[in-house]
Amino acid sequence: MPNSQVTLQYQVKNLYKRLLFIGREYPLGYSYFRPRLKKAFLKNRDLKNEDDIKKAIETGEYVYKEIETLYYLKKYRALKKSYYD
Amino acid sequence: MSNLKILVGCKRVIDFTVKVRVNAQKTAVETANVKHSLNPFDEIAIEEAIRLKEKLGGDVVKEIIAVTCGPSKSQEQLRTALAMGADRAIHVEVSDESYPKLQPLGVAKLLKAIVEKEKPNLVILGKQAIDDDASQTGQMLAGLLNWPQATFASKIDINGESLKVTREVDGGLETIGSKLPSVITTDLRLNEPRFATLPNIMKARKKPLTKFTPQDLNVDITPRLETISVTDPPTRKGGGKVDSVDDLISKLKSAGAL
Repeated sequence: MPNSQVTLQYQVKNLYKRLLFIGREYPLGYSYFRPRLKKAFLKNRDLKNEDDIKKAIETGEYVYKEIETLYYLKKYRALKKSYYD
Repeated sequence: MSNLKILVGCKRVIDFTVKVRVNAQKTAVETANVKHSLNPFDEIAIEEAIRLKEKLGGDVVKEIIAVTCGPSKSQEQLRTALAMGADRAIHVEVSDESYPKLQPLGVAKLLKAIVEKEKPNLVILGKQAIDDDASQTGQMLAGLLNWPQATFASKIDINGESLKVTREVDGGLETIGSKLPSVITTDLRLNEPRFATLPNIMKARKKPLTKFTPQDLNVDITPRLETISVTDPPTRKGGGKVDSVDDLISKLKSAGAL
């Protein structure tokens, strides 16, 4: 495997680990989150082109940020509802 | 000012997603086998300290110390604070038996002892904890230390020795000026706390954590108040539909509204 692909493989693995970690707090439960995450990654298992892989990683990073924001908003709204409304 | 040492408070509370239940003896809420997390207002306090460090640089903000007063499990919350970016942590360990009786005055006295030991010049605390909603610790600490206090901060500006804090008050915002050292308590809209990432949680395990007991600090934490009973709020009764105007009027009459 060429060197650049090894780096990409590492990035994908790292992204998967981080998503798994952040998914433990998912509102619908980890048991909901994990199979779906796995499925999403498996769907792209046959990607060979480097640009395609990079694009898929970017999508994953985007999802990660979205989940972070989701958690933040959920907490913010809960607090706002109990103390400010 | 080239030397800023910030102390931030962290409290372990029942997670905001959990529906709290009163225990069978009606003395407190059920805490066993319930998910706990870091008090959201304390998260905001830690975030603000980290942002000050990022903005002013490590030369100005020398150190961020996270402190908690609580049972041994409170260490989880200190580790979260360290993973977010605090430099080191102090745990004042209160036994599981005496912790439910620890009151804001006791915490304020413990924090005062820590302040005298560590000599920080800024203390940032959450405005209240989401479990007992007392909103007293920051104010009491400022009183005990005889420091100025800026409560319910929604914006903090530090310029040299002077401090400008915008506060949320009823019907608007109030801006107050103060001098360091000072106690600040944070409001909800001060900032958006970051999430501790997996690598940072790993790194946080290696950051130093010092332990004290109230006896080490020579602080008397006996409670001054006694909890007589804890009860659930009355359950809300559902409304009913009326079929006609006459029906409505007769119901209003029987309720004494007409």
